[in-house]
Amino acid sequence: MSKPLNIVVCGSLVPDPLQTLEPVQTPQGPGLKNEQMLPSVLDPWAACALYEAAALAKMRPGSKVTLVALGPKAKLQQLMMTVAQKVPLELSAVNAPAGGFTDAKDTAAELAKAIKALPAAPDFVFGGCSSASRDAGVTLQFVAEALGITEFFNAVDELKVADDDSFTVKERIEGGQYLVSTCTGLPAAIGWATGSLPEPPNNPQTGMMNMRGVMPALMKAPVANVGAGGIAWEKAEVPASKRDTVVKKDMSVEDIAKEIVEWIKA
Amino acid sequence: MKIVAVNLEGNGTFAQDVPALAETIKASGAELVLLPGTSRAKRSAAAAAMRAGAEIDTNVVDLEVVDGKPVARRWVYRQRIFTAFSRAARPWVIVTDPSLFGEICAKVGAETVPFAAATGATRTTVNGVENAGTGGESTIKPDAKLLFVAGAGWTKKQADGALHFEEAAETITGFLGRSGASLGSSKSLVDMPEAAAAFKFMSHMNQVGQTGSTPRHAKGLSTCCHGEEPHVVGWRFVNDRRAVNLDANCGWAQGKADVVYVADAFAVMKKVNELLG
Repeated sequence: MSKPLNIVVCGSLVPDPLQTLEPVQTPQGPGLKNEQMLPSVLDPWAACALYEAAALAKMRPGSKVTLVALGPKAKLQQLMMTVAQKVPLELSAVNAPAGGFTDAKDTAAELAKAIKALPAAPDFVFGGCSSASRDAGVTLQFVAEALGITEFFNAVDELKVADDDSFTVKERIEGGQYLVSTCTGLPAAIGWATGSLPEPPNNPQTGMMNMRGVMPALMKAPVANVGAGGIAWEKAEVPASKRDTVVKKDMSVEDIAKEIVEWIKA
Repeated sequence: MKIVAVNLEGNGTFAQDVPALAETIKASGAELVLLPGTSRAKRSAAAAAMRAGAEIDTNVVDLEVVDGKPVARRWVYRQRIFTAFSRAARPWVIVTDPSLFGEICAKVGAETVPFAAATGATRTTVNGVENAGTGGESTIKPDAKLLFVAGAGWTKKQADGALHFEEAAETITGFLGRSGASLGSSKSLVDMPEAAAAFKFMSHMNQVGQTGSTPRHAKGLSTCCHGEEPHVVGWRFVNDRRAVNLDANCGWAQGKADVVYVADAFAVMKKVNELLG
């Protein structure tokens, strides 16, 4: 009979992708204009990891999903109002800056510390294969290395775990292909791509259950000093990218098709 | 300054590649170690750098060494903010965009060092490689000149009030076959269960944008997609952009595409297929 799984998901907040981002210089290095005011969402890849974790936990009764999130406490609290309604979870929070200009190694060290402080060692450490902020795709590898996890899979779209805890994964590789691997046991770390699950609808009951643990977790979130690390930023800019779009409204289908074919062949 | 390049291609496992790559980094005695951003390197390079006591940065698109000081350039916030930065720590592992690896290595005069894969203990067995999707031939063609992006509009009710999944699938695959284009998709389309059933040639791997890929094709043609910002960030490196959309005020028309045709993509692409033969 299969045993319950202890699944840790590393994930944090990123600015809502619909927001305009403008870099500004701060005493700590580059940052975003009005960063504190920008609405945040759970990082999209981390969100996929969380939904996959919840689906896996559901298949193994007694399993637990712990979201380990590093970010400014106030913004995490705001974020959890939504995220906590999605899937049953526990939260372990670290109060520290999160964003595109902070060092991944510092972030990973704090995440690893938080995971080590959990009551039980994880069977799976999940996370996104990259983030929509730093977009470096290295944090989870650092975490795995710090935790001594030797089996790591990146850009995963499918994970099938057997009753004996062996599992099969499909990792995205070059040319629109998957690398299919099997692993004989746990623990393992998985950097998720999008997976295949849709975003779960908000469930206020799940939210109320989760928030009982989320609020105390946020209250006792340790403060961590995460900064630019050894990076010396020289420049951060938004390149001018606005095009002079030509809108062609009154052309016939034939003429449009001809123009497209000529353009393709040019 | 000693700069070396390690060409990490093919397949491997984290458990075996990390110690082998860490050893390569240490043994090279180099200050800068360049790697191409292949799936294999992205899986193992960060942990290997950590084990070798090196710093690492990924997705680097340019590197120059001025007066002995290396300055790297990369995007953050998914191709929205472009940065230039350096590090004082050595060794410094720099993982480049895979398509720019050769160019960057030549620019900084990197010396190639071999990577000797390890055969140490691992619980992982690589079984093989398979195409994404279940529709046979892969629709993702990184070397294609044209990126053809299909949006959720292909699954909406058409003028006759009915859905036309089969017709849409036929038109899209017909165009891909005739033009040799690579297929991209909006998130809304690949997330749609109905689309998954009808468009078996498409998977989440085709997704372009915020949570998808950022391909580097010379031209891009978007159809039935509204050009929202999270989608368009995936087009950052597509220079010549056209879109077909029924909405003259769609996102593409707001300075994101070069040309927007206000028309029914079903009709236009069927005609395009006819003309392409």
